[in-house]
Amino acid sequence: MDEHSVGIVAPQVARFDKALSFSDGPTLPNYELVYETYGELNASASNGVLICHALSGHHHAAGRHSAEDRKPGWWDACIGPGKPIDTRRFFVVSLNNLGGCHGSTGPTSINPATGEAWGPEFPQPRVEDWVDAQAQLADHLGIDCWAAVIGGSLGGMQAMSWSLRYPERIRHCIVIAAATKLSAQNIAFNEIARRAILSDPNYAEGYYLRGSQRPTQGLALARMVGHVTYLSDDAMASRFGRELQEQGETEAANSAPEFQVESYLRYQGSQFSTAFDANTYLLMTRALDRFDLAQPYGDDVVEAFRQAQCEFLVLSFSTDWRFSPARSREIVDALVAAERPVSYAEIAADEGHDAFLLPIARYLAVFDAYLQRVTI
Amino acid sequence: MRQDLTHILRWIQPRARVLDLGCGNGEFLALLRKERHVQGTGIEIDEASITEAIGRGLNIIEQDLDAGLSNFPDQSFDVVVMAHALQAVHFPDQVLEEMLRIGRECVVTFPNFGHWRCRLHLSTRGRMPVSRFMPYNWYDTPNIHFCTVRDFETLCRHRGIRILGRDMIGGEQGASRFARSWPNLFATTAIYHISR
Repeated sequence: MDEHSVGIVAPQVARFDKALSFSDGPTLPNYELVYETYGELNASASNGVLICHALSGHHHAAGRHSAEDRKPGWWDACIGPGKPIDTRRFFVVSLNNLGGCHGSTGPTSINPATGEAWGPEFPQPRVEDWVDAQAQLADHLGIDCWAAVIGGSLGGMQAMSWSLRYPERIRHCIVIAAATKLSAQNIAFNEIARRAILSDPNYAEGYYLRGSQRPTQGLALARMVGHVTYLSDDAMASRFGRELQEQGETEAANSAPEFQVESYLRYQGSQFSTAFDANTYLLMTRALDRFDLAQPYGDDVVEAFRQAQCEFLVLSFSTDWRFSPARSREIVDALVAAERPVSYAEIAADEGHDAFLLPIARYLAVFDAYLQRVTI
Repeated sequence: MRQDLTHILRWIQPRARVLDLGCGNGEFLALLRKERHVQGTGIEIDEASITEAIGRGLNIIEQDLDAGLSNFPDQSFDVVVMAHALQAVHFPDQVLEEMLRIGRECVVTFPNFGHWRCRLHLSTRGRMPVSRFMPYNWYDTPNIHFCTVRDFETLCRHRGIRILGRDMIGGEQGASRFARSWPNLFATTAIYHISR
């Protein structure tokens, strides 16, 4: 195992018997959160770092579950000994959000009121509700104040929400490839993804868990749409160009020549559709769409950030068109106007939105340089 | 530490909000933090410098001065500083106007092209000066808008910019006495404290 890996990790489960009220009304009587931790919590519990995951993410952010695991956690590029989120200094906590499908209470969990899976009846959380649940987890772990809360994309929205909702419980907020709210174009892509799922006959109005069929076609299509928007034109051009699949590998029924990008997307879609729950996908995209940082503050993002007491690092990627650098600049400008300490870098990268997951040299360097100031 | 930076210190009040345009690796902001406990923000475009400055614990925003500063609200900083960058921007007069809009006071330093060495170099050799202070050739220099002390003060007069104070650096030890008396001829670096 390489020296920069957190090694073999195992998820843990925290059970909360206290009800959690969602912003939009419904209440979860009790719930479980699955999470992983990397590094050691120090005696004063001052070195806790919370990782907030993005749309299809989960608690397994770093290391491997077994020596045979083919792939490490989704943010292994950034978490580990000697990496920006250095586990020799920090106690890193990564959880699966409520409504997820990787172990935390969600649509595939049993609804105690009916004795069957929640399915489409699982209450729709907002980003703020996730943050409230994360605060419960912090209490459970004995962490009064995070050294840093860090997230990319939808995770960045959670990190910002932390800074407003629990200003005294967060010292540094790191917001990567995010926005204070989605644009119409962004919501449109999410709606296409949702339509793909909802129009799959196997979706069965969300009650597919009662039968044996799953809306895998719809979920695969949703993922394909999403995947295209996470990559840049240049990244796809350099990776696939107009190369054709070799004969014999093509799946097209009429055996017409097939571009490599087609089979790649189909592979991504089909992999995802067997590993992810359709109701969770709907719920996560809706939470993403509905997030609006400034809305509770009279639609004034500067006023919103005046609630924050922490320092900020904002990062964006040059070819990210789903969460473009301009959206990150809006965050930075609002923080400056609110007189909050902020650093910002726009990382030149060809990989589009996906860049935030990748080991890009300058990204890691800036990330690492910033985290040096985080005292523990 | 560059001399001009230590000279600026006296115009910065303790705990002021300071914006440093073209802050480089954050050397000056770090000095201000230590000596004046300022709330500093730096603007920089060079990648390596940004990383270094962030690593110093400073607040640095990656931004191109030539793309404008309209994202900073009016009078949002006590002092806006630009040290040795005026000659490198596309529209120095516009940057100056923006500085004066954003800051209640501003400090600008620039190399004085009227220095006798520059004049001598140009008049005797007939070529653009290349020196220890300006080590670039004309075709690869980032310094695209050189001016003299007199040029700068003329611009201030035309634009109604108040000069609150000025200081001059003469290069070699002891030369600052000459520089203060005959700045346009003997100052290598000019330092201005200005406001609207």
